Amino acid sequence: MTEPSNGPLKRTPLYDLHRELGARLVPFAGYEMPVQYPTGILVEHNHTRTACGLFDVSHMGQVRLTAKPGQNAAKAMETLVPGDIAGLQPGQQRYTQFTNDAGGILDDLMVTSTGDHLLVVINAACKDADLAHMQKHLSATCEVEPMFSRGLLALQGPQASTVLSRLVPQVATMKFMTGAYVVIDGARCYVTRSGYTGGDGYEISTPADQTDAIARKLLANPEVKPIGLGARDSLRLEAGLCLYGHDIDTTTTPVEAVLLWSVGKERRVQGGFPGAAVIQKQIAEGSTRKRVGLLPEGKAIAREGAEIVIDGKTVGIVTSGGFSPTLGRAIAMGYVERSQSANGTKVDLMVRGKPVPAEIVPMPFVKHAYYRG
Amino acid sequence: MAETKYTEEHEWIRVEGDVGTIGITQYAQEQLGDVVFVDVPAAGRKVAKGEACAVVESVKAASDIYAPASGEVVESNAALADTPGDVNAEPTGKGWFFKLKLADKGELAGLMDEAAYEAFVKSLG
Repeated sequence: MTEPSNGPLKRTPLYDLHRELGARLVPFAGYEMPVQYPTGILVEHNHTRTACGLFDVSHMGQVRLTAKPGQNAAKAMETLVPGDIAGLQPGQQRYTQFTNDAGGILDDLMVTSTGDHLLVVINAACKDADLAHMQKHLSATCEVEPMFSRGLLALQGPQASTVLSRLVPQVATMKFMTGAYVVIDGARCYVTRSGYTGGDGYEISTPADQTDAIARKLLANPEVKPIGLGARDSLRLEAGLCLYGHDIDTTTTPVEAVLLWSVGKERRVQGGFPGAAVIQKQIAEGSTRKRVGLLPEGKAIAREGAEIVIDGKTVGIVTSGGFSPTLGRAIAMGYVERSQSANGTKVDLMVRGKPVPAEIVPMPFVKHAYYRG
Repeated sequence: MAETKYTEEHEWIRVEGDVGTIGITQYAQEQLGDVVFVDVPAAGRKVAKGEACAVVESVKAASDIYAPASGEVVESNAALADTPGDVNAEPTGKGWFFKLKLADKGELAGLMDEAAYEAFVKSLG
């Protein structure tokens, strides 16, 4: 979870709150971020699955795109991503990827149409590069406004709706992957019903100087506990969701990553995004490898980098692996040759030089619980 | 009379006669976070001082456990397979890892006593 960084670490608007709550702070994507609070990752994970967790994800990048006169921001954005952005109705949100000319993934992102703007949320480690990428390619058609100082709070779990509705009644009926402007405690925020846990929940974009007050207001609800990046990782892994830089990167395409569901149906045919030819060919002929779920037998944990072996021959590599608190056992995901990728295929995962038997299984490991109305 | 020594890898070894019981310290378990799996060496295995011979997995990461002295494993804590959380709850008690019949008690001379270890942890900030 940690990585080397250059220069002083940045802080989110919730830094003081994290310290007060006794968080263990670690360097992450150039920020000093809470990896866990005193209760520990297991308790935080289980609390998010059964009640409600509050995550500080203010390190992620938020960018607003506004069409210049006579231009269309969604059409412009579609020159950089394979998702159907032009088809977004006001208030709709979509998951997509910035691709490169080889069809590889530069970053994955969320795009929400407000009607007047597109709101884009990008990964912290990629945000400067993503911003430069958008400025380079979209500045002729759009105002590209970084909003990197804004706060972003994720409120996740089965009681998230109950909690946030106390402050903003209208969020109770919002459907998964939709967004709306709301006022919380006098602050104008943008809320989407989405997240990175596989469960129900919201992400709340807040003005920088009101982020702390809103976070404290949310934490004042008895259902809500603060959750660190450690549990964020185990929650997303259970949900089968990709972590950029690990499960997807510039060497993996959306087809290989089994993210084809996020590529617009018309866009598969029409192309018009970087790497379209590569991706269209993979759609037609299949990719040589694909991302799969892996369920190891026993309790040993196969982590990122573990080789996936069949009959002594390496057929792939684990890209994320860990302990699933919900299932009480190890889980993993990785890439294998497509010819060996069928569910039920028996493989060995090489953990510290020893083979750990495992089976290729469908994902998610823990059923999604999105609110679809 | 049992004597406990500590390593810079945050392990403890409690020596009674020529057998040492090995585990990790309170500081180590706090740093690791929730322990979810412990791979302990089988009885009969001969280990050299400094050899990686057990693994403790927390939710976050896997960490090697090194033999603080040479010897033969005479018993490992089988209960940790079902209750790895004992390492967090009682790192110097129920959360012990394995017992070693020491080949040369002289090897322990370079390890820290409790006061030296406490000072060492303090120096880490």
